[in-house]
Amino acid sequence: MRLLELKRDWRMNKGLYLLIIPVVIYLIIFNYVPMAGIVLGFERFTPKNGVFMSEWVGLKHFVTFFSSVFFIRVLKNTLILSLYSIIFGFPAPILFALLLNELDNEYYKKVIQVVSYMPNFISTVVISGIIIDFVASDGVITDLLVGIGFLREAKNLLSVPEYFRSIMVLTDLWQQVGFGSILFLAALTGIDQELYEAAVIDGANRWKQTMHVTIPGIMPTVVIMLIMRIGGLMNANQEKILLLYNPLIYETSDVIGTFVYRKGLLEADYGYSTAVGLFNSAVNVILLFIANGVSRKYSETSLF
Amino acid sequence: MNLNFVIKTPSRRVFEVINYIILGCFGIICLLPVLHCIWASVSDPTLMAQHSGIILYPLFDDAHPITWYGYKMVFGNNSLLMGYANTIFYCAVGGAFSTIVCTMGGFVLSRKGLILKKYIMILITITMFFNGGMIPTYMVIKGLHMLDTRWVMIIPMAVNVMSLVIIRTAIQGMPDSLEESARLDGAGNFVILFRIVIPLVKATVAVLALQYILMKWNSYFEAMIYLQTRALYPLQVILKEILTESDSSSLTYDPELAKYSDLVEYCTIVVAILPIFCFYPFILKYFTKGMMVGSLKG
Repeated sequence: MRLLELKRDWRMNKGLYLLIIPVVIYLIIFNYVPMAGIVLGFERFTPKNGVFMSEWVGLKHFVTFFSSVFFIRVLKNTLILSLYSIIFGFPAPILFALLLNELDNEYYKKVIQVVSYMPNFISTVVISGIIIDFVASDGVITDLLVGIGFLREAKNLLSVPEYFRSIMVLTDLWQQVGFGSILFLAALTGIDQELYEAAVIDGANRWKQTMHVTIPGIMPTVVIMLIMRIGGLMNANQEKILLLYNPLIYETSDVIGTFVYRKGLLEADYGYSTAVGLFNSAVNVILLFIANGVSRKYSETSLF
Repeated sequence: MNLNFVIKTPSRRVFEVINYIILGCFGIICLLPVLHCIWASVSDPTLMAQHSGIILYPLFDDAHPITWYGYKMVFGNNSLLMGYANTIFYCAVGGAFSTIVCTMGGFVLSRKGLILKKYIMILITITMFFNGGMIPTYMVIKGLHMLDTRWVMIIPMAVNVMSLVIIRTAIQGMPDSLEESARLDGAGNFVILFRIVIPLVKATVAVLALQYILMKWNSYFEAMIYLQTRALYPLQVILKEILTESDSSSLTYDPELAKYSDLVEYCTIVVAILPIFCFYPFILKYFTKGMMVGSLKG
């Protein structure tokens, strides 16, 4: 019965389905075949036998990874960087949107928006180029830090392990706060104006309006964004790290993504690096489900 | 918020002044590093070396006039020009390909009464949260013999779930009547899509194309792992060589040229971001729209 229905549906709408076939083929080749390719993580890969016929080694790569000296280092770096970026990078666009929303002068607001969205459009390579230049031993930021007495002598800040996380988090803030606020600004405009009028009649001042109307109004958006953010907790911004780090500061800058890149693509250790990448994705998926579950239970907002 | 009938209390006024100042400062912080690079790109290298801190205007005096030497070197650099040409090619061909594929897909997803649609949607949603990872994807592309070809810059990143959602939402918002009358006149799906739907949602189609073009313009990672032939490199990979590996470049071996290496870097940065900033005020509206539509349904 169900099959018959499907057959009729296909016959009637064949012309229509043809239009989505490129998308389906694309997803299968570039998303689902690689998903099947995670079997590499359980194999001793040899080019002769290919991805699906190589010798099965079970969990050997995982055991090697968990017992290697790199495991603690990359896991710690990934988690710390991500946590910093959530703690500082997540509330900042919300705060920025709230402040923008309080501006009465529309023209001033527009100017601030245009200027603050701009860094988002600069490529990671150029941003990294600017960072490298600014924190070099004769760079603008180094000069500034020496000037205010934070640094005793000028040196390349990217050669000091302790500074790497601050550099990453602060420059991410610079680049993303403005553009990241768009979603929250959209949520703010979606709040029913009558709620504010009712609050005013009840004698609420602007602060109380913010606390009791504005914040609850954007809460669903905030929760959804937070769930997504937690689901990507293990994805530190590896593209930027790859451009900024160097062996001198691996101790704080080497994350799972960069480790997979070095092992897999530079040293061609396909099986091992697939296993490490798989571990990363698995933790992400588990975190996503936990965050979603917790949110569904306590805030009645959830992704799925 | 249009609540101008509320009388402003003194504390509200204080807050407003502080708010204007805070946001103004943030705006300036966003702008300053870029301005620094622009001014530095024409400043005299000797004066630059003596100066410390951010510069707010080009540095020059009678003995050291404004220099265009950096730009001469940049535009005399064949790799960079080749990178530009390649990037324009990838953006144009990839943007067109991706926009057409996603628009067709989004059109189907916006139709009512398709039984298979539900399964296709599940197929699409899963890819938002799961992926094979860097190495298995690399192996697939290797298996398709796409490594080190122009195709690898156009096809593997072509379909984006967000794009599909954005175009689907836009088409769903269209009135049905136009389509019905076209169907009565005997128009097929292709005709309806290209003659009726696309002209009506062309602003959203532009959003998709722009998002894709910007993504391609700015991406370096795929190019770095999939391409080996220099002649195929997009702009960002060349920029990476100049900006992040400059100490090993041939420039610094010659002490006379070494002092120009910073200058060349600043010029490179300006040349790389200028095209985007020229169009930026005009395209910003589309990006904002794309973000909002995507967030509603994402």
